[in-house]
Amino acid sequence: MAVAVAGLLSASCTPGGSPSPTPPPALSGTVTVFAAASLTAAFGELGSDFEKAHPGVTVRFNFAGSGTLVTQIGQGASADVFAAADQPTMTKLTAGGYAMGKPEAFAGNHIEIAVPPGNPRHIQSLPDLQNSNVLVDVCAPSVPCGDYANQVFAKANLHITPVSLEQDVKSVLAKVESAEVDAGVVYVTDVQAAGSKVVGVPIPPNQNVLATYPAVAIKGSPNQAGGAAFLAYLLSGPAQQVLGRYGFVKA
Amino acid sequence: MGLSRRNGVAPPPVLGILAIVGAGLLALPLLGLVAKAPWGSALSDLTSSDALQALKLSLICSLAATALALLLGLPLAWVQARLDFRGVNLLRGLTTLPMVLPPVVAGVALLYAFGRHGLAGEYLFSWFGFRLPFTTAGVILAETFVSMPFLVITVEAGLRSMNPRLEEAAATLGASRRRILGLVTLPVIAPSIYAGALLCWSRALGEFGATITFAGNFPGQTQTVPLAVFQLLETQPEAAVMLSLVLVLISLAVLVGLRDRYLSPDSQIRGRRGSVD
Repeated sequence: MAVAVAGLLSASCTPGGSPSPTPPPALSGTVTVFAAASLTAAFGELGSDFEKAHPGVTVRFNFAGSGTLVTQIGQGASADVFAAADQPTMTKLTAGGYAMGKPEAFAGNHIEIAVPPGNPRHIQSLPDLQNSNVLVDVCAPSVPCGDYANQVFAKANLHITPVSLEQDVKSVLAKVESAEVDAGVVYVTDVQAAGSKVVGVPIPPNQNVLATYPAVAIKGSPNQAGGAAFLAYLLSGPAQQVLGRYGFVKA
Repeated sequence: MGLSRRNGVAPPPVLGILAIVGAGLLALPLLGLVAKAPWGSALSDLTSSDALQALKLSLICSLAATALALLLGLPLAWVQARLDFRGVNLLRGLTTLPMVLPPVVAGVALLYAFGRHGLAGEYLFSWFGFRLPFTTAGVILAETFVSMPFLVITVEAGLRSMNPRLEEAAATLGASRRRILGLVTLPVIAPSIYAGALLCWSRALGEFGATITFAGNFPGQTQTVPLAVFQLLETQPEAAVMLSLVLVLISLAVLVGLRDRYLSPDSQIRGRRGSVD
C-alpha cells in the first residue's frame, strides 16, 4: 500500500520536474550525512545550498571523529553518505563492506598549531611545543587529526608529550579557545573557522602533510538517490568553491 | 530459591509484568555485553598496559572521590537536614543540581570554576602554580562533583527519617554534642551513609563526560576506564567490550555484596522512625 502510494508520487513528480540541463533524479526525503568533525562549518553551508537546489530535501548531519562514525555505521546507524578526514579511516569502512562504489577525494587540508589569542607562550614553531611548560593538546592517534599530528612531529623529529588525547579535532580547538592549553594541533580550516578565538601558527610545507577527505555512499542506505546526488554535488564546482572559502585545498 | 513475599498483601499481577519488563530493560544491555564479549582474547585485552592503567586509575579516583564526598557531603547533609535557615531550599537545589546536569556541561562548568582561567582556578594557578585540568586531581574533582549529590541526598533522607527522640534522650542524659553525633546519630544513620557512599562510588566509577571535558584523556594520568573504553571503541571494539565488562563486574560485585549486607530490611529498622512508638 505504502509502496504503491510512493510509486504513484514519484511517477507523477518526475515528468513535471524542474527544467535543468541534466534530468535530476526524483529527490525527496532526508539525506543523512556522517561527516568528520573538521567539516562541520563547511558542510553546514553545503547542506543548506544543497537543500536550496533540491526543494523538499532535508540534509541531516552527524559530525564526530571519523573513527566514531565508522563504528556507528558498523553498528547499523543509517547514513547515506560518509565523509572521512583521512584515507585509513575510509579504508576501515570499505573493508567492512559498508561502502557502495569507490570513495572519492573531495577536499584536502593542512595541519596548523592553534594558540590562544595573544599567544601567551610565544609559540613560533613546532620545536616550541617540546618545552615542558607548554601544555599541548592533540587528537588521539586513532583519530585522523591525531595521526596527522604524529606524522608532522615525526617529520620534524620531535618528541612531544600532550596533556590529553582528544576524540575529535573540535575538542582540541575548544581547549585552545578556553586557553586551558597553550597550543593544539588542528587543521588550518579549524583555525580559520574559529576566527578571533584562536591564532594560527603555520607549520612549513616541508614538515606538513596533506590531509585528504574521501567521501562515499553507504550500501543499503535509506535514501540512495539523495546520497548519490550529495556526493556528486561535493565534487561540483560550486561546492568546491565553498570548501575553498573555508580553507580547504584541492584533494 | 522459592518466591516469597517479605510482607504485605499480594500486588496485582500487572505490577509483576511491568517489573519483568523493567528488569529486562535494565539487564538486557548488560547481557548484550556478555554475549558480545570476545572471551578468547580476554586475558590479552585486559592485561594490556593501557587497560591495567585505566583500571588502577579508575579505582583510585573513584575511591578518593567517595572519601572526599564523605568528608564534605556528610556535614552538608547534616546542615540541610537539621538547620532551618533562609535559603536552605536554594542550597538543597544547588547541591542536587549536578545530578541532573549533563556531565559534559558539568565539565565545562568545572573549567569555568577551576580551569586555568576559571573563577577560582586562576588564583590557584597564579598564586600556587596549582593546575587541576589534565591532572589526576582534576579527575577526582570531576568525579566528586557529579557523585557527591547522591551521598548528600541519601544521608539527608536518613537524617530526616531518624527518630529525634534518640538524640534528645542522649542529651537529657548529659551527653556532649560530639558524643551524641558519634554514639547516636552516626550509628543510627549508618545504613544511609553506606547506601549513599555506594551510590556515590558507583556514579564516580562510571563518570565520563565531566572527566573528559575537565581533566582530558591521557593514559596513566586522566584516562579512567570509561574514557579508555570510549577510545578503544574506535580501534579495538573487542577490547572495549571486555574492559566495559570488567567495570560492570566490579560494580556488580560491590553493589550486590554490600547492599545485602547493609541494606537488608533488618538493618534499616534501627533508623526507622516509629519503631518505638
